[in-house]
Amino acid sequence: MDFELSEEQRLLQESVGRLLSDRYGFEQRTAYMKEPGGFSRALWKQYADLGILALPFAEEDGGIGGGPVDIMIVMEAMGRALVLEPYLATVVLAGGVLRHAGSKVLRAGLIPKIADGSLVLALAHSERQSRYDLADVATSAKKDGAGYVLDGAKGIVLHGDSADKLIVSARVSGKQRERDGIGLFLVDAKAKGVSIRGYQTIDGLRAAEVTLAGVKIGAEDVIGDPGKASPVIERVVDEAMAALSAEAVGAMTVMHEVTTDYLKTRKQFGVPIGNFQVLQHAAVDMLMATEQARSMAMLAAMMAAEPNAVERHKSVAAAKVQIGRSGRFVGKTATQLHGGIGMTMEYKVGHYFKRAMAIDVSFGDADHHLATLAKMGGLLAA
Amino acid sequence: MDLRFNDEETAFRDEVRSFFKKSLPENIRRKMVEGKKIGKEDIVTWQRILNKKGWAVSHWATEWGGTGWSPVKQYIFLDEMQQAPAPSPLQFGVYMVGPVIIAFGNEAQKKKFLPRIANIDDWWCQGFSEPGSGSDLASLKTTAKRAGDHYVVNGQKTWTTLAQYADWIFCLVRTNPDSKKQEGISFLLIDMKTPGITVRPIQTIDGSREVNEVFFDDVKVPLENLVGEENKGWDYAKFLLGNERFGIARVGLSKERIRRLKELASIERVGDKPMIDDERFRTKIAAVEVELKALEMTQLRVVAAAKNGNSNKPDPASSILKIKGSEIQQTISELLFEVVGPYGLPYQPEQIEDDRVNEPPIGPDYAAPLAPTFFNWRKISIYGGSNEIQKNIIAKAILGL
Ligand SMILES: Cc1cc2nc3c(=O)[nH]c(=O)nc-3n(C[C@H](O)[C@H](O)[C@H](O)COP(=O)(O)OP(=O)(O)OC[C@H]3O[C@@H](n4cnc5c(N)ncnc54)[C@H](O)[C@@H]3O)c2cc1C
Repeated sequence: MDFELSEEQRLLQESVGRLLSDRYGFEQRTAYMKEPGGFSRALWKQYADLGILALPFAEEDGGIGGGPVDIMIVMEAMGRALVLEPYLATVVLAGGVLRHAGSKVLRAGLIPKIADGSLVLALAHSERQSRYDLADVATSAKKDGAGYVLDGAKGIVLHGDSADKLIVSARVSGKQRERDGIGLFLVDAKAKGVSIRGYQTIDGLRAAEVTLAGVKIGAEDVIGDPGKASPVIERVVDEAMAALSAEAVGAMTVMHEVTTDYLKTRKQFGVPIGNFQVLQHAAVDMLMATEQARSMAMLAAMMAAEPNAVERHKSVAAAKVQIGRSGRFVGKTATQLHGGIGMTMEYKVGHYFKRAMAIDVSFGDADHHLATLAKMGGLLAA
Repeated sequence: MDLRFNDEETAFRDEVRSFFKKSLPENIRRKMVEGKKIGKEDIVTWQRILNKKGWAVSHWATEWGGTGWSPVKQYIFLDEMQQAPAPSPLQFGVYMVGPVIIAFGNEAQKKKFLPRIANIDDWWCQGFSEPGSGSDLASLKTTAKRAGDHYVVNGQKTWTTLAQYADWIFCLVRTNPDSKKQEGISFLLIDMKTPGITVRPIQTIDGSREVNEVFFDDVKVPLENLVGEENKGWDYAKFLLGNERFGIARVGLSKERIRRLKELASIERVGDKPMIDDERFRTKIAAVEVELKALEMTQLRVVAAAKNGNSNKPDPASSILKIKGSEIQQTISELLFEVVGPYGLPYQPEQIEDDRVNEPPIGPDYAAPLAPTFFNWRKISIYGGSNEIQKNIIAKAILGL
């Protein structure tokens, strides 16, 4: 057992932390949000230069061969900075599909471009009705010669409006909520029949609704075994939840820091408000919630590559429960302890709170995963 | 003990209910149900309808347009209005400055302001908080110095709700810098058109514009705009804040929001079932209903005590109602966000401003206001005296400190 980072990981943490603390001030972030796609292309290039866009990919594919702990390090730093760039969408989600199911040809064609920052990807999986059920796919893929034709609609596709290519899930067989029968397909964002409606999300990031009408897919763009994609999707979503857990911890850490600073500096009744014991205890509760979340984010990172899919998912679901609850609590408390100023767009705490809430409702909220975990028999064997 | 209203009260409830049903304009009702933005026009329209009926200022003294209803009837009226659901008449006029003028103002002020408040001919806003004086309101620094027949006001107010519409602002100002902090404060009425006043908007985290900073730079205010006695403003403010707290409980509004929650939970589906059939979610709704029923019963006890005439002792009850009421509203807003799941994420401010919509919404047409309202309603435990301050007030009372 070892909770220490390796020398290389410490360097990674330092270099990402330094870049983001230089380049992700509050005003800078506000400016990036107004750029096309809602993020900074210049920073994206810098991530490429740092190597973090290549991080999880195998060396033979043009990657660096990092693991979930490395992703945790990057995502926590991104959570601290409240990063807008499509790292989760491109590297973790779509990149994860390519890593686990992409053919050699696809990997060779796409991963170097992800790594050098010239390709933005998105995973178009969830649908209007699917909520948090990963098997609920109504979009259809019908065999068409050597390829397929896709019809349907995808919802809340993270960064779907800036992606050059989408990885779309669609049903080749079976009923709408059946785990079997789902396939994954690579679709060019400009392909005929694809329409994309982008929008900002409550946390200042971007997503899109994607409609697919008779979109033709060549055999080379079928990812993995059509009809057998569920294990891949589940694995990638577990990795994404582990990554989001780390991001949430970064956000909570900042909310806690900013709040304790405020308690030391804001004066009412002639004293810093940190003198009031009820606020001291609230700050301690925030700390405990953050640390419990940090522990669970570490668990998720260390279990994300676990070969036993059941054990992997239980741990990640448990982490997501803790992250969701802690994130809500820390966000609400940070806002409350600031009084009026915490309610404003001009102040940073509210933006972190919104991101923490958005993370909770991404890929299943705390209640959803609690129910899943309970159904799976909990964490300890009876 | 008997929970039922008597015949007269029941008849009264039916009367107000059918009035709201008939008279509340459908577009306003719809915006209220959908949680969309209620604009200045909506409030003015609705308050004038009420005023025409003689109900805009039902709780005021009868000589100034009040109805003389019993506390129970006042309670029924508010409860029904919130459940209609209708917007409140403008709080700052009808529930805040109006009662202060009635209780402490002079005849000229009553004649000049009260009818205009009732008919919302003037839009009022509340200038209490300052950047350095929130919870510690009595430390406020905005000064008013006498100069002949007027005061000269300098300083800054903040968090001033809807000051962008305001014709008048009621302010706490320091008139005696040398006395104990509570004893040097006066209550001034200031015309927002007076030279030297600047309003700067503050955007809240949900993206809406409802609060402002208001700056005063050598603003001349006639002496006749002083309410009551100079340096007695703190007493009037305490009277006003007690009323404000009572108003934040909003039991009727929470009932209406729970109905909305159940409606949406029966439209939204989890798998092949409506969300309302999900055991966990249903239990969460039931839990908040229990809390709300307890609050309603507590509020009724307060109302009943007022009916029996022992309402004048300083009562921590208004603080209890404020704390529990705010917590319940926040819980409901959280469940309403939860009910749409991931479709709470798209940020669609134009869908909330009813009149500006020209694109179809993203996701279900009821989703857009839900997450912003959740964030916005975090304010309820902050304003009107934060919940921490309310607990301090109750603690002082029960511990005799
Ligand atoms: C949306 C909104 C609308 C508002 N509208 C108006 C308006 O129209 N007019 C107006 O005058 N004001 C308005 N307010 C201001 C509101 O009344 C103040 O925000 C509130 O009084 C808290 O003051 P503050 O923001 O300065 O926070 P602070 O007083 O700085 O409080 C910060 C934190 O410290 C806590 N705290 C402070 N003192 C103590 C103590 N002694 N013990 C324990 N905890 C303590 C508070 O509870 C809070 O958690 C509004 C506020 C908001 C958010």
